[in-house]
Amino acid sequence: MSRPSDHYESSAQTITEPQLGLKGWLRWFWRQLTSMRTALFLLLLLAVAAVPGSIVPQRGADPNGVVQYFNDHPSLAPVLDKLQLFDVFSSVWFSAIYLLLFISLIGCIIPRTKHHLDAVRAKPPRTPARLSRMVGYRTYTLPAAPEAEPSGARPAAIEHARTLLRSSGYRVALFQDARSQSVSGERGYLRETGNLVFHTALLGILLAVGLGGGFGYSGQKIVVEGQTFVNALVNYDSFNPGRFATRGDQLSPYSLTLDSLKVAYETKNTNAIGQPLDYTANVTARKPGTAATNTRIKVNEPLDIGGTNVYLLGNGYAPVVTVRDPSGQVAFTGAVPFVQPDVNNTSIGVIKVPDGLRQQLGLQGFFYPTKHQLPTGAYTSIFPGLRDPMLSLIVYGGDLGIDNGVPKSVYTLDTDHLTQLDGMGTDQPALQLAPGKTVELPNGLGTITLDGVKRYASLSINHDPAQGWVLVFALCVLGGLLTSLFVPRRRMWVKVIDEADGGLRFEYAGLARGDDPGLDAAVATLAQRHLAALGFATGDPGVDAGSSTSRRKA
Amino acid sequence: MTETLSQISVYFLFAAMALYAAAFVAFALDIANRAGRVSAAASAAPSAVARRAEASESTASVGAVGGTTTLTRITERVEDRVQQAAASRSLRWGMGLTIAGFVLQVVADVLRGVAAGRVPWANMYEFSLTGTVLIIAVFLGVNVRLDLRFLGSFVTGLVLILLGISVVRYYVAVAPLPPALQSYWLVIHVLVATLATGFFALGFALSAAQLLQARRENRAAHGEPTGLRFLLTLPTAARLENLAYRVNIVGFILWTFTLMAGSIWAEKAWGRYWGWDTKEVWTFIIWVLYAGYIHARATRGWRGSRSAWLAIIGFGAVLFNFGIVNVFFHGLHSYSGL
Repeated sequence: MSRPSDHYESSAQTITEPQLGLKGWLRWFWRQLTSMRTALFLLLLLAVAAVPGSIVPQRGADPNGVVQYFNDHPSLAPVLDKLQLFDVFSSVWFSAIYLLLFISLIGCIIPRTKHHLDAVRAKPPRTPARLSRMVGYRTYTLPAAPEAEPSGARPAAIEHARTLLRSSGYRVALFQDARSQSVSGERGYLRETGNLVFHTALLGILLAVGLGGGFGYSGQKIVVEGQTFVNALVNYDSFNPGRFATRGDQLSPYSLTLDSLKVAYETKNTNAIGQPLDYTANVTARKPGTAATNTRIKVNEPLDIGGTNVYLLGNGYAPVVTVRDPSGQVAFTGAVPFVQPDVNNTSIGVIKVPDGLRQQLGLQGFFYPTKHQLPTGAYTSIFPGLRDPMLSLIVYGGDLGIDNGVPKSVYTLDTDHLTQLDGMGTDQPALQLAPGKTVELPNGLGTITLDGVKRYASLSINHDPAQGWVLVFALCVLGGLLTSLFVPRRRMWVKVIDEADGGLRFEYAGLARGDDPGLDAAVATLAQRHLAALGFATGDPGVDAGSSTSRRKA
Repeated sequence: MTETLSQISVYFLFAAMALYAAAFVAFALDIANRAGRVSAAASAAPSAVARRAEASESTASVGAVGGTTTLTRITERVEDRVQQAAASRSLRWGMGLTIAGFVLQVVADVLRGVAAGRVPWANMYEFSLTGTVLIIAVFLGVNVRLDLRFLGSFVTGLVLILLGISVVRYYVAVAPLPPALQSYWLVIHVLVATLATGFFALGFALSAAQLLQARRENRAAHGEPTGLRFLLTLPTAARLENLAYRVNIVGFILWTFTLMAGSIWAEKAWGRYWGWDTKEVWTFIIWVLYAGYIHARATRGWRGSRSAWLAIIGFGAVLFNFGIVNVFFHGLHSYSGL
């Protein structure tokens, strides 16, 4: 936080007292911490400390990248992990820097607020004896006129100057000595106010993010067309509560039915065939005690419902399959979301058939919405839409490992206790299915049918009570910044001096407090307007040049 | 139609680049001329008496409106007069060519936008195209109020390099907007970010000039040979520092807005306003660096050259964020189109 321009760091920074007790050391530490240099050092350190957060994948932003990093660098990754480099922004060292910075900030805001409140209440300071040392100094002499009465002209001129400065937003004070009278004006207190608002609002953002964020939660859920999501903890695929958030028992009761997911792909522009143009999830929302409403969720248009925002973060295909035993009895039927779609929506999925067949089956599937066989014989997808879909399945038999009650991901297959029954490495080719087709499972286990293909929406349901506060503080930051950088804080003086010959001398000058490029032009304008009010022209060539001048005239 | 328009856009861009190249040469000649003028002036240095005469000549004596009284202007600020040497012919040519190139590039940019049927800043090529238009626009715009024409060779040179890289490495055919970019925030957030970059570029050039000037002033004070004589025709280091500051704070405010608008958009599109995505990290780093720059100017021992270095590092981070993070870093802001 920059000090006001009239603030000079006291030389007490280098304390030479020989004996420092505990209190002395604390004071010394506090002064060091709140000194401008330390603040600047911490600020720059913060910038440097953030850099690794963009080089090393972060658990918060890119959890898969972290897993990948551990695979690629098995010896380096644990070391980096020890140094918290995968969690830079919640690491001890990063937190230490910004906490020290904010403590330093508080140590600066408080005395400055006091200083500012005193300044706001105080009268503008005495007019300097020698204005010629100030910025934009101008002086004009008015020779004695036989009929004029100088003793009356001087107070009148001062009164004019006072009105002029006050109407321009200056706080004014009058001073007088034997030969001269003067007006001292000061304006731009808003500059310091803006500065204090800016820095306080930064603290506000930190608090809102740090504390308020703890009361929120976010969860993910994949919903297939036709399915209904009920907002209850058990229904989430994953759920991340904030530090102080209730663990789900107070989730607002509502349900969302995904009626359809409409997707449009580019088909005309040859440079962008298959590029997604639009995703729209049409949903029916139900809240207890109200009628169901049809609405939609799009990528940039989340649905605001029950204090949460529901986002459409992704989508993909859910092949609908039915597995029957040799006698035709249904062992499994349902839509299975296939995840990790690539550009052309080649995606992977797992079908688990725990009961109803001779043995437990796990099917590892690949889904190609528009299949294309490569020269190698492998398949790929060449268009993200459903033009020529194919589901290929590798069948595993044995123990799925789900009987002992330990929860398993529905998207991965643990093949430790399973035997591969077809596909590469066996004498049987992998199963290949088009919609409406049925094929035999290996070893006469039964049949599998691809009944059709549905789409699913990957929804993220977020609740962040602090978000509005963060926005309010952010706007304060912006407003404070604008006023603190662009409102000029300046002092302005007008002095009228009796000349020995009975004439008058007018003196004008200003003092910048902080960066103030327009000060000279402002003094010129003041002189011109003041003298014009008294009936004189200055002929000051600088008056019309400055743009602040012309603005003021307008 | 789309193809044809974007092809015409490229032709306009090439024409603009040719004009910028010519402008660069003209500005460079001007710099060389300045060095020459300094030598000429040194051999015929005006005497102190002559200067005083000039000063008193400009003292105004004005007949007042009221009739009998005469207001006499006693003092006159003779400031930076020496710097205001008449614009050389090559400088005027440089500005003229830059303006002409700017007009052609605006046409190129607009055509690209029309071809795409949206704002022309949705991939690296388009960012570069619009970004350099804005750098030139900021340069021309600021020149209306402050004479910064001596930065012409830097600005046109920078723009030429950026455009060269983007034409060779970043060019992609027109493609529709992915759903994540279909938002009015694309117009606001990216435009303001690019505008901020324009101001930072100018601030960088001023800070670099300030460092050179400070070195020259320092050497002159010690009676050492100063080199780079054209610097004598530039403003003083202190004045350059003030100019750099004024330009950089405008950039900083725009950057602050960029960061906030980006957060609001991220909340809408990704469900969180801040997630330390790589691009967010670098936006934050740049913000902190320029905040450091602004504070450095109020810290004893950091005014002057040290704070100038911070502005230079800050702009380095801006370029890194644009050229490296966009293309090579993994993150949600992967819209380079490459």
